[in-house]
Amino acid sequence: MKILNAVLGATALAALSLVSAVANAAGYPERQITMIVPFAAGGPTDTVARLVAENMSKTLGQQIVVENVGGAGGTLGAARVANADKDGYTVLLHHIGMATSDSLYRKLPYKTLEAFDYVGLVTDVPMTLLARKDMPANDLKGLVEYAKANKDKVTVANAGIGAASHLCGMLFMSSIQTALVTVPYKGTGPAMTDLLGGQVDIMCDQTTNTTKQIQGGTVKAYAVTSPARLDVLKDVPTVKEAGLPQMEVGIWHGIYTPKGAPKEALDKLSGALKVALADKNIGARFAELGTKPSPESDATPAALKAKLESEIARWKPVIEAAGQYAD
Amino acid sequence: MELFHNLALGFSTATSLANLFFCLIGVLLGTLIGVLPGIGATATIAMLLPITFQLEPVSSLIMLAGIYYGAQYGGSTTAILINMPGESSSAVTAIDGYQMARKGKAGVALATAAMGSFFAGTVSTFLVAIFAPPLTTIALKFGAAEYFSLMVVGLVSSIALAHGSIIKALAMVALGLLLGLVGTDIYTGTPRFTLGIREYADGLNFVAVAVGVFGIAEILRNLENEQTRSVLMSKVSGLMPSKEEFKAMVGPVLRGTAVGSILGILPGGGAILAAFASYTIEKKVSKNPQEFGHGAIAGVAGPESANNAGAQTSFIPLLTLGIPANPVMALMIGAMIIQGIVPGPNVATEQPALFWGIIASMWIGNLMLVVLNLPLIGLWVKLLTIPYYVLFPIIMAFCAIGVYSVNSNVYDLYSVAFFGLIGYVLSKLRCEPAPLLLGFVLGPLLEENLRRAMILSRGDPMTFVTRPISAGLLIFAALVLVVVFLPSVKKKREEVFVEEE
Repeated sequence: MKILNAVLGATALAALSLVSAVANAAGYPERQITMIVPFAAGGPTDTVARLVAENMSKTLGQQIVVENVGGAGGTLGAARVANADKDGYTVLLHHIGMATSDSLYRKLPYKTLEAFDYVGLVTDVPMTLLARKDMPANDLKGLVEYAKANKDKVTVANAGIGAASHLCGMLFMSSIQTALVTVPYKGTGPAMTDLLGGQVDIMCDQTTNTTKQIQGGTVKAYAVTSPARLDVLKDVPTVKEAGLPQMEVGIWHGIYTPKGAPKEALDKLSGALKVALADKNIGARFAELGTKPSPESDATPAALKAKLESEIARWKPVIEAAGQYAD
Repeated sequence: MELFHNLALGFSTATSLANLFFCLIGVLLGTLIGVLPGIGATATIAMLLPITFQLEPVSSLIMLAGIYYGAQYGGSTTAILINMPGESSSAVTAIDGYQMARKGKAGVALATAAMGSFFAGTVSTFLVAIFAPPLTTIALKFGAAEYFSLMVVGLVSSIALAHGSIIKALAMVALGLLLGLVGTDIYTGTPRFTLGIREYADGLNFVAVAVGVFGIAEILRNLENEQTRSVLMSKVSGLMPSKEEFKAMVGPVLRGTAVGSILGILPGGGAILAAFASYTIEKKVSKNPQEFGHGAIAGVAGPESANNAGAQTSFIPLLTLGIPANPVMALMIGAMIIQGIVPGPNVATEQPALFWGIIASMWIGNLMLVVLNLPLIGLWVKLLTIPYYVLFPIIMAFCAIGVYSVNSNVYDLYSVAFFGLIGYVLSKLRCEPAPLLLGFVLGPLLEENLRRAMILSRGDPMTFVTRPISAGLLIFAALVLVVVFLPSVKKKREEVFVEEE
């Protein structure tokens, strides 16, 4: 059974490596690459990783196997990669949490800016500000007024400390300078269920989780946090149009290796990432989720490094002001 | 009439040659991995996700769904044969199923599980088809207060799981609740009882705890006295249930199906309760409650039906809301997205062939499971004749692989070892593991929903009694308590207790 699995997998791998032997004569990568995703299988980050890994495998001529090492807000998976062999065969696909965990956790087993080498940015998933279907306000201005007038009653759901919805919720409250009641959940699923059922009032989450609900009319959408409107949600204004420009934020995803990986490996990974991001199929899948691949210029080590540094600096004060830590 | 049209569409999709093939592969794989202790559907589906890239969306989902309910079924096999449950639901089956196996009735227990599951699967498939949309509306009425009250019902009923001293059962529930506290408090982010080990930040792994207190502890007990074990196993006889046994199954299967179908719909962990709840009910309505824990056929038939019905109806929130009820469902969503279908409230109207195809395939898959497994029962039972000194290292090795594969976390293996010892000590003290596991599963849900309900009500505890569903559940819990402590029932319990001493 396990054996059967192994045989199935081995056959698939053998078939793939046969094809790849022709495509890629020598050098990195000579064997299978492991991509650690620091979250559970099936979640939005995992989906992004699997789509990209599949395409990168084709370019590199070696299978990239996605391994989910979830737990402790993504820091367990990141720590695993920080301590992995520096040969370029272990990579990490992590999102904005890479930057925020630097402030949310006061004791990390790695130094965020020193433990990793960079491959490139993958995508920047916009957030959507939502409310329950029967919320009286019809635009963001109305929602802000409603929230301010009923600040003791209005509840904001999130998927737990450090989650995208937690960050966006904090940003919303600091943008309108009103503290609302925060209701944490264990993951996006239960939080969304309660929003659908009208048990909570407001949530701000990634389009990967919310697009279908908005299109289905089960929740009210007030704004997207991207600089431009999204093709899949044409009627939803941007935060800038709706009057809260400081809420522009994206859940960016990047690929890392342990510090000290060979340059050849980094170059090839980055090259393969560029090919994947230009792929039509990936573009189409990302679009259905309400996001798009990062532009070619961002799929570079330098761009990811700059992003990580600026985001650590951006979130530090927000998290410290909220005064809530994850350890 | 629209229903028939839809079902016809579903069956025509699901009975295409390719889809039948993938359904078969799914249930076959599911049964096989389910039979291996510890290796759950989650790990298998995660491993197979890359392969599904190449398949049609419907085929891949049919296969993954097959793995899911196949594993539910296969997990019961190990629970019955070697007291090694791989999932919370089969923990209940282990209580009486394993006792039946020890009495030489392993075949009967397995057949009971297979037939109960099939019946429950059939009924709940049609429930999904007919009632999916209206049921979703009800599920959405469940907020934090309702879930809290539901968990209270679950905990109160858990006393019935014990077949000995009530005090010891309560102590086990409490211990389970305490173990459930390990991990990060989601409201403040503070780690609790993690001993500073970051790997425990998300709590103890259920599979690790279950495999430890049930399976490893059982192995330790067997090694203590290998002689008796071989004697017990040599008299395996009669694979099919007798007429009386069939009669004894009917009621529990019907009740189990009803309970499981209802609880499975609730996305907030209702399905977990299904098997436990059914066991409680069977013990309450049974004329011979003292048989429970010593190989009562109703204790296998009811929970197995409930568990399968719950597994089936937990597709309702996934298909109608696009919201996963458990980690396996989350993986299914991942698989859908990779295929370019983002699950949401409109899947049924946008992708009718997919939606109804999956529903129809559930029934076909259940049929395949029965056809596949009834002949296999003889084979499984033969496994027990393997010399124990060969069998137990294999079991331990697969447990270790299985548990590790869930999260790739070494600390989960330490948990298995630790809880194996704990389980052994508890069995020496005549404390039972089932109430402990129930407490462990329900504890976090209970706390989470209690605190969330209090946040939502701004600290007003009246919310639990002013919300009608919540109030109803609490009244029901109170009634259960009264019944348990009624003198006549209490007397019966004491008899059982004395008999055991």
